[in-house]
Amino acid sequence: MARLARLALDDDEVGRYAVQLSAILEHVDAVRRLDTADVPPTAHPFPVENVLRSDIERPSLDRDSVLSQAPVAESGRFRVPRIMGEAP
Amino acid sequence: MTEYETVVGLEVHCELSTTTKLFCGCRNAFGDEPNTNICPVCLGLPGSLPVINRRAVELALRIGAALNCTARRSIFHRKNYFYPDMPKDYQISQYDEPINVDGWLELPDGSRVGIERAHMEEDTGKTTHVGGGGRIHEASYSLVDYNRAGVPLVEIVSRPDVRSAAQARAYVDELRSILVATGASDGRMEEGSLRVDANISVRPVVSAEFGTRCEVKNLNSLRSLERAVEYEVERQIALIESGGSVSQETRHWDEGDSSTHSMRSKEEANDYRYFPEPDLTPLVPDAALLAAAGEGVGAMPAERRHRLSSLLGAGSDLATRTDGSTDQVVTVVDLGLDELVHGAVAAGADPRLALARAANEAAANPDAARLLDPVAFAGLVKMESSGRLSATQSKEVLAELMANGGDPAQIAGRLGYEQMDTASLDAIVDGVIVANPLEWKRYREGDDKVAQFLLGQVMKSSKGRANGKLVAQAFASRREA
Amino acid sequence: MTATPAPELGSLAAIAACVRTGERSARAVLATSLERVRELEGDLHCFNEVTIEAAEADADAVDRIVRSGLDPGPLAGVPVALKDNLCTVGIPTTCSSKILAGWLPPYDATVVSRLRDAGAVAIGKTNLDEFAMGSSTENSAFGPTRNPWDLGRVPGGSSGGSAAAVASGIVPLALGSDTGGSIRQPAALCGIVGVKPTYGVVSRYGLIAFASSLDQIGPFATTVADAALALEVIAGHDPMDSTSLDRPAPSLLATLHDGVSGLRIGVVADFLSEESECGDAVVSAAEALAAAGAKVDEVRIPELLLGLPAYYVIAPAEASSNLSRYDGVRYGLRVDGPDAETMNARTRGEGFGPEVKRRIMMGTYALSAGYYDAYYGQAQKARTLVIRAFEAAYQDFDVLLTPTTPSVAFPFGSKVDDPIEMYMCDLCSIPSSLAGHPAASVPFALNPEGLPIGVQVLAPALGEAVMMRVAASLEASAPRSARGPVTP
Ligand SMILES: [Mg+2]
Ligand SMILES: [Zn+2]
Repeated sequence: MARLARLALDDDEVGRYAVQLSAILEHVDAVRRLDTADVPPTAHPFPVENVLRSDIERPSLDRDSVLSQAPVAESGRFRVPRIMGEAP
Repeated sequence: MTEYETVVGLEVHCELSTTTKLFCGCRNAFGDEPNTNICPVCLGLPGSLPVINRRAVELALRIGAALNCTARRSIFHRKNYFYPDMPKDYQISQYDEPINVDGWLELPDGSRVGIERAHMEEDTGKTTHVGGGGRIHEASYSLVDYNRAGVPLVEIVSRPDVRSAAQARAYVDELRSILVATGASDGRMEEGSLRVDANISVRPVVSAEFGTRCEVKNLNSLRSLERAVEYEVERQIALIESGGSVSQETRHWDEGDSSTHSMRSKEEANDYRYFPEPDLTPLVPDAALLAAAGEGVGAMPAERRHRLSSLLGAGSDLATRTDGSTDQVVTVVDLGLDELVHGAVAAGADPRLALARAANEAAANPDAARLLDPVAFAGLVKMESSGRLSATQSKEVLAELMANGGDPAQIAGRLGYEQMDTASLDAIVDGVIVANPLEWKRYREGDDKVAQFLLGQVMKSSKGRANGKLVAQAFASRREA
Repeated sequence: MTATPAPELGSLAAIAACVRTGERSARAVLATSLERVRELEGDLHCFNEVTIEAAEADADAVDRIVRSGLDPGPLAGVPVALKDNLCTVGIPTTCSSKILAGWLPPYDATVVSRLRDAGAVAIGKTNLDEFAMGSSTENSAFGPTRNPWDLGRVPGGSSGGSAAAVASGIVPLALGSDTGGSIRQPAALCGIVGVKPTYGVVSRYGLIAFASSLDQIGPFATTVADAALALEVIAGHDPMDSTSLDRPAPSLLATLHDGVSGLRIGVVADFLSEESECGDAVVSAAEALAAAGAKVDEVRIPELLLGLPAYYVIAPAEASSNLSRYDGVRYGLRVDGPDAETMNARTRGEGFGPEVKRRIMMGTYALSAGYYDAYYGQAQKARTLVIRAFEAAYQDFDVLLTPTTPSVAFPFGSKVDDPIEMYMCDLCSIPSSLAGHPAASVPFALNPEGLPIGVQVLAPALGEAVMMRVAASLEASAPRSARGPVTP
């Protein structure tokens, strides 16, 4: 789970979270056991549809100020260490 | 020996020609300075929220209609995975409720490829790998530009109906023509506005089940698509024939060594943890959206090819394709020059010559050609077919017409392309006969094959000004004399 | 430790009236607020950042508008505190997390612009549980906030800093965010009014997301009228938020004192356990409303008990996705590594605190292949059941009453090691979050130790007006001593 969530954890944390997560899972088990045969899911509290905007350009941010917030930038771009895998 | 059948399904990502991105007002443009078209939304800054671009929805519906799909209520999901080119580390994409489903595409050879879905999603940023020859694994670090992040895409997923490398190519070629014809995309593969992934498998011809497929990525041209399918089919057959089996994986086409390489096996496949995007509301293709989607959309390429071919007469001997069209017809429709040809023919131009000049010469500069006055173009074609201009002269005048406009007769006059008078032509013809006695003798003895040579000599001496038809007449009358 | 009543700041309307007429400058009002910060901030730690210079500039701008004869707006010169998960241009916005330390947003949240346009003067960014995950403000990377009623106790959370700033009289108004109770619970524990509006009434643009389908921004104030005025100012459609409802801001003040005569009020019996001082307060609140002319009845809605487990699936699931972007690439903390993947993991491993990591993992699990249907899918269906149960109840009642919290403010450290115990704090507040309904907490009583107890008023979607009417009626019948501001 920590790998999927991309979190580096030490052994202590892994042990502690494992215990806590199973306690939480036990607590939310009422939801898992619920009989919901003909109950539709609610993803959104309000059934609003087609909220759209016009295709009109708005000003972009100033590049230098955006890059000034980056941990590392180079040549107008965000710099990252080498990437091990290609995008899926 | 077992015979194998190729099975290909294609996933085509197409960038939409909107003014702004899918979820924000940043400019959707190719080739701008890095990180100049970015805002809190497309940069995934904390607290920012997406709002769907109406135009993108209209264009997606337009694509769906052109691909004979059913438009339906759709929702966006989040596809979660970490990658530096993704500002939010999730992609907003339509998952199990896409906007267009169940369509088909007819290829020029008459075959049909099913379309499973054509859904909307956002593009990622662009990563440049520094060091290691630009290859990802050998690079020392990478640089990210988010100008492309959030550009609207429609991903068109075909059914596994394609049965050869050539058909795969023809499918993408036709799809590209359709996307351009609808105005939904510029279809430029070289700029990445059209990107193709191919799911390729093979199976014994007797088998009803599909074989294990591999997904091949990085197909940047029609040529690499065709080659990659050929390569992958051979690789998979060889694997099976040698007693092995194909494993499901993602492979990368390497243009350099013309082969595919394994990227990631199924076991390492990502768990995308899709769930409905809570920041967006569902899309419903209501009357207003559908009307706007259809507005200003003309006929699709297949119909336009048919109309253009019919100018040549039924069962034309020029037809090289099963749908009765010619390569010239395909080119002209592809470049959107068919209205020009129709206009010229209506103004009295010879259809075959008009089509030829449009497909061969006008095509060299399609943007200018689309602006040509059909009547002026017709005038040019008529001057050529009546013999007033030679083919070479005609092409020159056309180039000038496209560059600066004007009247073809006046341009011809300005360029000195007055029709060569009979005396000058006779002199050149006689000169060629004197200079080539052997060929002349063979021609007189009835060897028509040499006529082309003699004509060529006259063209050369006249610097292309002689009219081919008149030259042929001149030789014929001298033979009979 | 006993708190004493603090000097009254005057209502928002009174402050604005003085500033608008030039009787008192916005700068002078601000000075009073900043003086109170100097007095109390050392004890309370309400703020991650007090933005004195920006506040002085804003106050001066208001005073200039007054001098020019223009209207500076209904909150002219009112000092406000902003929860530090609301983006403020050029001012650090951290979510009380190391991972965002030092980040300067390039834009203001919509609510921040609306407050400024109304003449309010923001004095700083308040402490919270990291990324709004918690009920005690103990999960802040920058240390906890203390409850002005008892410095040994938590102010509640996650908007603990905002609640404590209002409860201690530093500011008369603060904004918080509420995902499962993060406004109402600290309001109750700090003896002030806290309102979570209907989902979509207030724009979320610029609110750093915790759980997008639940998050709402709302006000903290010492009186119902002040909270109503603030909500009128910040509510209303925003085209930058697709989930913002396309309707005008609710009109609340006009009917605020119309009373409760004839209203049907349901007391949710499922949340009244025996021997609970918070439950007892609800019973006396119901009696007070009945005395004021309301028709009061008990109602059982057992489905609401599904809220807590459903919430602790849905909220972490959405959070796990919302918090993916903190990857060390574009802003905030980076802990370097030999490759991008390791850099991401180390940045997140060191940048997030324990509760955030716990919820990210819980949410990742609930969404992962093979578990989605059993957890996230089921929780969304449970959400439907909660909504249906409310719908049925609102056939018979205009508003519902519950305790805001199961207990009063608890001592530091008493729940922090037991996540489930901490999660129970939100038992009564979560159902209306899942339904997207409005809810308000009103200070109603003090327990024998002198700690405040809140009563929660629930209403159906867009029922803010009737909800605030009932809240005002409760406020009128509550002892003055039950509400802040207080001096610790
Ligand atoms: Mg895709
Ligand atoms: Zn943008």
